[in-house]
Amino acid sequence: MDELLELLENNARISLEDLAKVTGRSQKEVASRIKKYEKKGIILKYKTLINKNKLREEKDKVLALIEVKITPQKDLGFDYIAERIYKFEEVKTCYLVSGTFDLLLVVEGKDIQTVANFVAEKLAPLNSVRGTTTHFLLKKYKEDGVIFEKTKGKRRLSIAY
Amino acid sequence: MLIKMKLNRRVNNLAPSGIRKFFDLVLGMKEVISLGVGEPDFVTPWKIREKAIFALEEGYTSYTSNKGLLSLRRALSRFLKRKYNLVYNPEKEILITAGVSEGLDLACRVLLEERERAIVSYPAYVAYPAVVSLAGGEILPLFCSDKDNFQIDLGQLEKLLVQKPKLIILNYPNNPTGISFTRSQLRELWSLLRRSDIYIVSDEIYDLISYDFPHTPFASLRGAKKHTIYLGGFSKNFAMTGFRLGFACGPEEIISAMTKIHSFTMLCAPIVSQIAASEALVSETEAHLMVREYRRRRDFIVKSLNELGLTTPMPQGAFYCFSSIKAARMESLEFASRLLYQKKVAVVPGEAFGAEYKNFVRISFASPLEELKTAISRIKDFLAAANKSR
Repeated sequence: MDELLELLENNARISLEDLAKVTGRSQKEVASRIKKYEKKGIILKYKTLINKNKLREEKDKVLALIEVKITPQKDLGFDYIAERIYKFEEVKTCYLVSGTFDLLLVVEGKDIQTVANFVAEKLAPLNSVRGTTTHFLLKKYKEDGVIFEKTKGKRRLSIAY
Repeated sequence: MLIKMKLNRRVNNLAPSGIRKFFDLVLGMKEVISLGVGEPDFVTPWKIREKAIFALEEGYTSYTSNKGLLSLRRALSRFLKRKYNLVYNPEKEILITAGVSEGLDLACRVLLEERERAIVSYPAYVAYPAVVSLAGGEILPLFCSDKDNFQIDLGQLEKLLVQKPKLIILNYPNNPTGISFTRSQLRELWSLLRRSDIYIVSDEIYDLISYDFPHTPFASLRGAKKHTIYLGGFSKNFAMTGFRLGFACGPEEIISAMTKIHSFTMLCAPIVSQIAASEALVSETEAHLMVREYRRRRDFIVKSLNELGLTTPMPQGAFYCFSSIKAARMESLEFASRLLYQKKVAVVPGEAFGAEYKNFVRISFASPLEELKTAISRIKDFLAAANKSR
């Protein structure tokens, strides 16, 4: 992967100036590369990872991982039914996986009841859906390579030969 | 009042460092952005730490053989063969030490007789002159200059060789300059050294942290192995400074002499560290990731420092740059102290690495990019204020 993308993936707010300095390119070149990636849909969006555990207003929101078993359709496979499902705005993430079920969803709702209703009223009734298993998320330890609990303290001496 | 103790003369004569005071100052100050650190900012990769925990759980808390765990020496021997095509017999030619620091001390002690000479290239890591003096040796300084990009001046070296030194201490990639040698530069150096009967004590602790060309161990040069004590370790490459683990490879006779002292003074390196280190040798992936990050920071900081008028040669390895502060028109200790007081940024005064280097400071880039950025903007303000006040 282009180093530019790696740097941006790790810090979407890194400035053009810094990107240029650390990759040894000109700012102009960096800017035009980024444009190109955006155009090609390689860069989809710039995201901020927020620790919602620390936000009072977000604290009560619930996340559920939902396993969905589906029947693939002739000529369309899983894609058609997956689209039916991922278009719901409650569905934050949707993966097709191998194993004992087919789709793995991450669904967000303002409370348990909302998620339960979504499953009961929107998801489970779909013709191709053969069954669902809902796991409510209890605690996030690590996401996108970032550990939520910050280890504290700097341990190095601040000066040494 | 301090009572004058009758201490050993060699210890007493070790230069009390004026730098020490400055260091104490830094250590006592809070919220300093430190570019004065001599170790990685990364914590040891988890799989290595996990191995150490596992070793403790399994009850590995005993001594090992003096030379170190044979399994580690074997793993190291395979690693050096694979990486550098260097062949060392794990039973006779490898000693596991408590860091390169110990290996360096042992090497000087087994080689130097009273008054024998040792070439130390400057700017030098502080331990080199100290261990030579403690072993009773005399230092022949070989000065490297910013005009030569801190490369070794072969003409000057040739003159020193006339004084029949017993050994030369080399350090590349270098602390404090970050300068390293390509294979062809090393060949040239060796072709000069091999004409005299001299041992090469080669401190290559930063070997994996090389940016621009692959590292060449001195011992891998044709004919050099039997004259070389190759010192390496885990501290910098794998961010394992606190594990205190290094190694010395060399001719059997030298390694057994070093083992003799080691068996009386250290007995063996700590077993948990040895087990953790064997895990480090399994894969270099984490080391490579760290090196890539250092490289980005290097590119950033060197460019920025040069833009500020602090002329800085591009380091080819390690995580230091040695910047000229001539533009600030003050000496390094003053520069570092004022920068510390006024802007809370710590750097190491150049004179820590030799009295001739009062026009330089060592800047470590083993800190996150964000911190480097803040430090650079503070240095910028500092320089502007210093220029204005004149």
